[in-house]
Amino acid sequence: MRDSAATATVGRSVPRREGADKVTGRARYTDDLVVPGAWYGKTIRSTVARGTLRSITLDPAFDWSRVVVVTADDIAPGENVVQLIRDDQPALARVGGEIRHHAEPILLLAAPDKATLEEAALRVRIAYAPLEPVLELERATETYSTIEVVKGDVDAAFRAADLIVERTFRVGLQEQLYIEPQGAIAQPNDRGGITVIGSLQCPYYVHRALKRALALNDEQAVVIQAETGGGFGGKEEYPSVVAIHAALLARKAGRPVRLIYDRHEDLAATTKRHPGVITHRTGVRRDGTLLAQDVEIVLDGGAYCTLTPVVLSRAAIHAAGPYACPNVRIRARAVATHTPPNGAFRGFGAPQSLFAAELMVEHVAERLGKPSLDLRRKWMLRVGDSTATGQVLTESVSAELVLDAALKAAPPIRPSAHPSVRRGRGLSLVFHGSGFTGSGEKKLSGKVAVACTKSGAFTILTASTEIGQGTKTIFSQIAADALGVPLDQVTVGAQDTSLVPDSGPTVASRTAMIVGGLIHDAATALRARLEREPPPLRVERTYVQPDTVHWDDETYRGDAYPVYGWACTIADVDVDTATGEVRVTDVVTAVDCGKAIHPVMAEGQIEGGALQAVGWATIEEIKMKDGRYLNDRLATYLIPTALDAPRLKTILVENPYSGGPFGAKGIGELPMDGPAPAIIAAIHDATGAWLDEVPATPEKVLTACASS
Amino acid sequence: MRFVLNGRSVSVAAPGSRRLLDLLREDLGFTGTKEGCGEGECGACSVLIDGQVVNSCLVAAGQVEGCDVVTIEGLAPPGGTLSPLQQAFIERGAAQCGICTPGMLLAAHALLRDNPRPSAAEVRVGLAGNLCRCTGYTKIIEAVLACRA
Repeated sequence: MRDSAATATVGRSVPRREGADKVTGRARYTDDLVVPGAWYGKTIRSTVARGTLRSITLDPAFDWSRVVVVTADDIAPGENVVQLIRDDQPALARVGGEIRHHAEPILLLAAPDKATLEEAALRVRIAYAPLEPVLELERATETYSTIEVVKGDVDAAFRAADLIVERTFRVGLQEQLYIEPQGAIAQPNDRGGITVIGSLQCPYYVHRALKRALALNDEQAVVIQAETGGGFGGKEEYPSVVAIHAALLARKAGRPVRLIYDRHEDLAATTKRHPGVITHRTGVRRDGTLLAQDVEIVLDGGAYCTLTPVVLSRAAIHAAGPYACPNVRIRARAVATHTPPNGAFRGFGAPQSLFAAELMVEHVAERLGKPSLDLRRKWMLRVGDSTATGQVLTESVSAELVLDAALKAAPPIRPSAHPSVRRGRGLSLVFHGSGFTGSGEKKLSGKVAVACTKSGAFTILTASTEIGQGTKTIFSQIAADALGVPLDQVTVGAQDTSLVPDSGPTVASRTAMIVGGLIHDAATALRARLEREPPPLRVERTYVQPDTVHWDDETYRGDAYPVYGWACTIADVDVDTATGEVRVTDVVTAVDCGKAIHPVMAEGQIEGGALQAVGWATIEEIKMKDGRYLNDRLATYLIPTALDAPRLKTILVENPYSGGPFGAKGIGELPMDGPAPAIIAAIHDATGAWLDEVPATPEKVLTACASS
Repeated sequence: MRFVLNGRSVSVAAPGSRRLLDLLREDLGFTGTKEGCGEGECGACSVLIDGQVVNSCLVAAGQVEGCDVVTIEGLAPPGGTLSPLQQAFIERGAAQCGICTPGMLLAAHALLRDNPRPSAAEVRVGLAGNLCRCTGYTKIIEAVLACRA
């Protein structure tokens, strides 16, 4: 073993481990895999938003002998359910049962070639008894979950306030738009079960879903992640649906079946970011002292529960913003409508509630006649302050650090070159909890292992997936440094549930900090054992919650997250007052990531997240008609191109967290939080008009300008 | 039909209306070319036909009769090394999930061939037909600028 200082890789931007495969076309994504004898699968979906499924008729004039058809009746002995939080979502709608959203899966087809499959799809007749759908959250009557966070006495504090400001904010749907659409290939395996290989973030989520829907045991269900072309939360829970469908077809066909979505199906059917309405009331003294925040959040969960209660939880916990307020009341509820289910998307509720919280600072500042920057400095959380849940922050608290770093890095504002174009600048300050909320990590008890072969090669065994963010590279760096060996002696084993332990899902900004921490501990222990014992050796580690973390699920009080990431965003915009078009020209983000294990990849997370947030704030709008997304093609759902993208500048601030590997905290979601409120503030700076919603489409900008 | 693929002459029997994308991926096994949208919006299926960047999902196979087609598999020089552009993409973090990378690299390659010293603004124009959802384009632009003549 070499001295660790001589081989240190943490903090160095080493080449991405699978980089050569990705730049040469050798990397194999799901649809690239050649599986001999595989048939093609297809999902037939509802064309109504709500109704009773009356009948499914297969055209008797068509030759069905070369087609496999799966309906809800074919699921037994498995359960017709997509395993997640609630058992409300069926894998396939039943005849006589209710259709709850447009594009809901009704039956599955497989055929040996695509032409037969497409012809068969045209020969299926589905009859409905339509019902009136509920499509707006204001009209919803069903509730998935509610949360109340209470600190101090808000009503008493409002009575003492010199000024109370109230505003209502709206945020829209957003599609993750990973460039590789959803897909899975299922095949019967020699364990009497089904093996699914697919594009996914969370192998064990899919594993649990397969076990229930196909009545398989732990060994019979095997889930393998193929190279995955982006996720952003969109491949957190939805791949369970794809995998169940592919597996049902493979079981009935007795052969492999490929179920690969095209972009249109992916846009029409898969989960989106939760839209919502957030109302804030903030009470202050004349000198700007923050007395009370009263927040009401309503998120639209869509037709099935999916992960909505957890999204709502993160939205609620972040709703007060990164500010120390003695009296806080946050009432949040998630409602059911008949739109396709909404689900996980980078930020997971926090971008929605932080959008409102950050704009609220602007509105209060305007009413007080003070710069919003002064209020932020006065209100921001510092070491020793407590959050809305009463969590006293003890370390790695960086609101001020990132604010100062962003201000220092912001470019000078240049004058506008065109008379109808007005230029403006906006700023936001956000925080984002790293890891699962509250007792989540404890309940999950994620596991990893690090093994050493007889010949001295090291393997990291984890279910955490590489989806572009750099998991394989940073895990290798952490393990190599902890072991004191060169990087090339460490490899990451396949994300295959028959080979690796359940490290928990690849979500919630938990991979580097929580799972990376477990790998660090396992590698350190392995190194110590190798001093005394010869290989082969394998050391496993399971997450144990630090005794310093206390959380009460009943009262929503305590340490909501082990630690927070912090970010300040400064956005510059050009607003064309003739057309209402908003062009974001520059975005500067200063981020505290604790420690950048790999600075280039950390910057890449910030830049990519920032642009995704710019898209949400400006051009990414989903229009709906009768419960169907109207712009369900890439020609009509627009995301930023290289021409639309602003200049993005990232400043990494390193304020280490003692509980993270080498001090690292999670940053995957953080960049999604700040740009939207900064852009809306910049539009106001440019035009004097306030929009309290995103996306800031030209129509809305012109309307706001006309009424200001 | 006959055409040159990555410097080698190929002859393949397929309906002339078959998408070039399917011909490459399914008939010839060149899966480095990706399908992101199937309607010419994302550029994941970009290939070079007689040097021009083209979305292979919009091209009928019959149209490449006698043409010179280059896919990502043909970008690296022979001998197992990487091109400077491929190397720069790895070193500068221009490839994250990698699904847009083959198309992006081909578009960047064509851009630098036609304009060896592009400005950042020219690089943005040159890559505007290739969508990336991971990087914010910053590191892709940096990688291309690093390979200027």
